[in-house]
Amino acid sequence: MSSTTGDLAPGHEHDHHASYLTATKGVASWLFTLDHKRIGVMYLVAILTFFLIGGLAALGVRAELFTPEPDLFTGSQYNRWFTVHGAVMVFLVLVPSIPASLGNFFLPLMLGQKDVAFPRLNLLSFHIYILGALFLIYTLISGGVETGWTFYTPYSSTTDSSVISALMGAFTLGFSSILTGINFIVTIHKMRAPGMTWRKMPLFLWGTYATSLIQVLATPVIAVTLFLLMFERTFHIGIFDPALGGDPVLFQHFFWFYSHPVVYVMILPAFGVISETVSIHSRKHIFGYMAIAASSVAIAFIGFLVWGHHMFVSGQSELSGTIFSLITFGVAVPTAIKVFSWVGTMYGGAIRLNSVMLYTLAFLFIFTIGGLTGLFLAVLAVDVHMHDTYFVVAHFHYVMMGGTLMGFIAGIHHWWPKMTGKMYNEKLAKFGCLVVFTGFNLTFFTQFVMGARGMPRRYHEYLPEFQLWHQLSTIGAFTLAAGLFITLGYLLLSLKNGEKASKNPWGAKSLEWETESPPIEHNFVGQVVCDHGPYDFDEIDYSRG
Amino acid sequence: MTLASLLPFLAASEARAEGTFWMPEQASTFAEEVDWIYYFIYWIDVLFFFLVIGAMVYFAIRYRAKTGKERTSPLKGSHSLELAWSAIPGLILLSFFWFGFQTYMDMQVPPKDALNIRVTGQKWNWSFEYPDYGIRQGGDQGLVVPSGQPVMLTMSSVDVLHSFYIPDFRVKKDVVPNRYSTIWFEAKGTGDHQVFCTEYCGDDHSRMLTKVHVMEPAKFREWVRDNKADDGPVDGQSLFSSMGCIGCHSIDGSKLVGPSLKGKYGTDEQLTDGSTVAIDDNYIRESIMVPGAKVVAGYAPQMPPYQGRLNDEEVNALIDYIKTLK
Ligand code: HEC
Ligand SMILES: [Cu+2]
Ligand SMILES: [Cu+2]
Repeated sequence: MSSTTGDLAPGHEHDHHASYLTATKGVASWLFTLDHKRIGVMYLVAILTFFLIGGLAALGVRAELFTPEPDLFTGSQYNRWFTVHGAVMVFLVLVPSIPASLGNFFLPLMLGQKDVAFPRLNLLSFHIYILGALFLIYTLISGGVETGWTFYTPYSSTTDSSVISALMGAFTLGFSSILTGINFIVTIHKMRAPGMTWRKMPLFLWGTYATSLIQVLATPVIAVTLFLLMFERTFHIGIFDPALGGDPVLFQHFFWFYSHPVVYVMILPAFGVISETVSIHSRKHIFGYMAIAASSVAIAFIGFLVWGHHMFVSGQSELSGTIFSLITFGVAVPTAIKVFSWVGTMYGGAIRLNSVMLYTLAFLFIFTIGGLTGLFLAVLAVDVHMHDTYFVVAHFHYVMMGGTLMGFIAGIHHWWPKMTGKMYNEKLAKFGCLVVFTGFNLTFFTQFVMGARGMPRRYHEYLPEFQLWHQLSTIGAFTLAAGLFITLGYLLLSLKNGEKASKNPWGAKSLEWETESPPIEHNFVGQVVCDHGPYDFDEIDYSRG
Repeated sequence: MTLASLLPFLAASEARAEGTFWMPEQASTFAEEVDWIYYFIYWIDVLFFFLVIGAMVYFAIRYRAKTGKERTSPLKGSHSLELAWSAIPGLILLSFFWFGFQTYMDMQVPPKDALNIRVTGQKWNWSFEYPDYGIRQGGDQGLVVPSGQPVMLTMSSVDVLHSFYIPDFRVKKDVVPNRYSTIWFEAKGTGDHQVFCTEYCGDDHSRMLTKVHVMEPAKFREWVRDNKADDGPVDGQSLFSSMGCIGCHSIDGSKLVGPSLKGKYGTDEQLTDGSTVAIDDNYIRESIMVPGAKVVAGYAPQMPPYQGRLNDEEVNALIDYIKTLK
């Protein structure tokens, strides 16, 4: 048995059986590590830090909206606050969230491998991420941007705020995503443990795989678009700005051609996490493995054909609008299949209602609302009324924040023992989950109501008739923040005095649980072989037929 | 909230109808149709939500592990079930699409006899022009339309994107520079309705509001008669408000997005490039037509150009008005 506290005499060759956390020491051993686990942990820390920044910006926005009049900010300051919130949350948090942190950490482990296919590329993608983040931080310090995270032209091509550095940030971050995507695709194709066929791959990997496909195919388009916008601003050559002879609606097409698929970059990995947690903590084989795996890939592809549903009132032709509406329903079906399959998985199980499962149930609850409310927006005539109101804001927070974030938190709780070797306080975790769930729904359900009643988004001031809903939403946002701080608190505490985690505290069957907690530096001693499916639990009673 | 308020289609009527829990007042012919589709989807959504989440909660309680030693079902899937839960939602979704498509097409095709009104969006004002009557107004005056008669808006922006949204009518469309977009509607009943700008357009996006005033056709004709352009002198003060100047330039000395024009005439102005100019007729004319040519120090070049939107007579009237601001 290898030790988890393998301290070594200085000057020695390091111990290959020591935990990855302690195998080598010093800041440089982290910043320049090629170990996918350390890179995953660094991503996790960075992503959570930006989540804090983006979250504080959201609290600023919500605090301002407590009353209809301007209280804290001028219009132009308010616009900077919501832009920071959106841009940080999308580019620095949601896009990398699960794949870059949990994906990096667990993809090789779940495949029974020692690392990803290209460890150096992996490190490079982290460094590029930090570089991109620095551009965005510079943007903040140099006065901020007020274009919204969507950078719509011609506003973004004419305003005199720090648009260029913000675009550079988003542009750079794109490369980080592309590199991670390529790395994961190659790793999954080429480096599965002996015996691990595609059909024996844990569904988390299917989710990550579909995500990587989108990242590689869609990100170059946004990179080119942002580049064109920088080009236009710098050299005054008309591309999107009508004053220079450009077409502002073209920008929207380009932008959503990337940004719609990217919502699947955010959500597919969360689907992957939920497929793991719902099965493992119900002690039952996942229901409809192939349907879940195939629907991830189907969503990834159909997701490329629906961008125009963000533009039903933009002035695009009626024919395009109609086609985009129709195809959009085509994405709804595979998504529905997943939800049904997860609930089906619980049937006949032995469900442990621990915090991981509670977050999983919270995910299902919230994501179902997010999905069902998306249907209103896919329907042409109803979207005309709802577009650019708080209804849309509420919908995408239910999907992105509720879906991706609940999935992310579920995943962090599920894999925390493996990543850190420590168990957290389960009682506090359940309590935190309850607070997060309540706060979340209070924040965003109220936004459906005011949105349907006509409250436009990105408003610094509003009509008094919406005040009640805005106030409830603000109270919800602070509750949600409290819940997240509780969560952060007990997780950090567990590092200090958490109970030591066993190799496989959940009785899971995928390969990451076959190594130590935390894993040894090179993941496994010798070559692991995969001789069972990831959901063939010991409790399953095959005699029941 | 009563059941009837959730089921508005039970109470369709000729006049404008009260709002429901979810939707605002119904004040156009589209409102009723859109709300019908909204509630149709809403109830199917509610049903599915309770089926799915109900099953989830039931399973979580029913199959909760107590001893930790329970044996579990070997079920791995069911093709017939999977087929059913793909096909049934698929068909329901097609019906959603179809209803939404039909009403949307109605919204896109204005009747031939619609009253034409031009709408101009600019940072941060809506102005309206009635080409048939030579009426032009904006600012707080809002949009005046007759009830029970189709009205078509042909809209365009002079700066960034805006979006014209009347929640009570359930209509919205982006207003784009260098391009015309259209909306049509037929208002029901009489009274005032809120107009919002729903495409983010900068500092005062949330103040880019106005009202639609719906009048009986007879009263509308009267309004037209009273406001029809006579060939009398152009009034600088009313242009100053209808063209949106008032939103960015105060006349009492307070600083808004642009400098106050109180007591400006005849003084010297510091420009961003460090030079100074005398504020005379020529400078004001240039400031209005091509504001980017000379930008006042301490201000961003936010002012939209009025080149092509104001004729000589109107510019003169504005200059004369600015002279009177002491
Ligand atoms: C969106 C806001 C906005 C609107 C609408 C607007 N302006 Fe301006 N205006 C500005 C700003 C900002 C400046 C200062 C920067 C510059 O010189 O371009 C300015 C400058 C001026 C100046 C020069 C003032 C000085 O102190 O030198 C004049 C005169 C003027 N505007 C007149 C008008 C008139 C007349 C209208 C309506 C027909 C109008 N503006 C509409 C924002 C606006
Ligand atoms: Cu606007
Ligand atoms: Cu606006």
